[in-house]
Amino acid sequence: MSTEAVKLLATAIAISIGVIGPGIGIGIIGGKAVEAMGRNPEAESTIRNTMILAIVFAESLAIFALVIAFILRFI
Amino acid sequence: MNKGPHISIKPEHLLDLFGFPLTNSFLTAIIVLLLFVLTTIYYNSQLKKVKRSNFFYLLQFIFKGIYNFFKTVLGTRIDDLFPLIASLFIYILLLNWFGLLPGVGSILISVRENQGESHFVPLLRGNTTDLNTTLVLAVVAFSSIQYYGIKGLGLAGYLGKFFNFSNPISLVTGLLEVISEFSRIISFAFRLFGNIFAGEVILSIIAFLIPVLVSFPFLLLEIFVGFIQAFVFAMLTAVFINLATMKAH
Repeated sequence: MSTEAVKLLATAIAISIGVIGPGIGIGIIGGKAVEAMGRNPEAESTIRNTMILAIVFAESLAIFALVIAFILRFI
Repeated sequence: MNKGPHISIKPEHLLDLFGFPLTNSFLTAIIVLLLFVLTTIYYNSQLKKVKRSNFFYLLQFIFKGIYNFFKTVLGTRIDDLFPLIASLFIYILLLNWFGLLPGVGSILISVRENQGESHFVPLLRGNTTDLNTTLVLAVVAFSSIQYYGIKGLGLAGYLGKFFNFSNPISLVTGLLEVISEFSRIISFAFRLFGNIFAGEVILSIIAFLIPVLVSFPFLLLEIFVGFIQAFVFAMLTAVFINLATMKAH
């Protein structure tokens, strides 16, 4: 394989494996937040804020993978 | 890279100002900063008048919303921290949304690189798609977290959270805390940069694949993402300040 092909493959693998974990994590966070809202509708705003924070922490891992992919692709 | 849309991860160099390189994202930052400062001056001047304009009340409505929201996070410390948090929020929001305006990234000018052939670069570029900006914002957030931590607990109390010699386990976890404290700079910077830059890339690629109408929902998505990222940046700063001023347990 040429260097260019390996680079393209590495980009694809970096982002595709990197988003698996955060994807699962965000799914769990969203599901649990909806569950909590169903149990306790008065606490909706607190739950929503906590949910957004937790999603952001999970998402930042995916963003790291994305940055690695960008670096591989464009530099 | 020849046929596809033009994507560059670093801002392009426009010209030299007294040996200081002026890049296209820096130009955008100057425009947004001027907007920001002029709005604050306007708000301040209206504050002294008896009959105020409608725009003043719109601004006040926005500020009040931000104030009431962060009050639920910060509690009574909001009066101290509101200028910092709200400035971070509004400035990042303006930067993110300015990058979505038509003309930003699509107006090209020709630039000649030291006696080489001239090529076209965008005149303006969304400022948060430049890693330098997000890194500076992250350093500002990080240093204010440290400042308020030291102010709240005292220097000895604050350092005591990290260097605890009472038993070996707390020594190691304290050192891990130091590392996680510094990794916040990286995660702040890359979160903002990655989200907004990925948005720009998606917009340009979608417009390249299907030029008509299809980029519109993605544009709406980017407006939402820009708001969420600005919100998250301010929110995380507030939460980390809260954590830093908390006593060790």
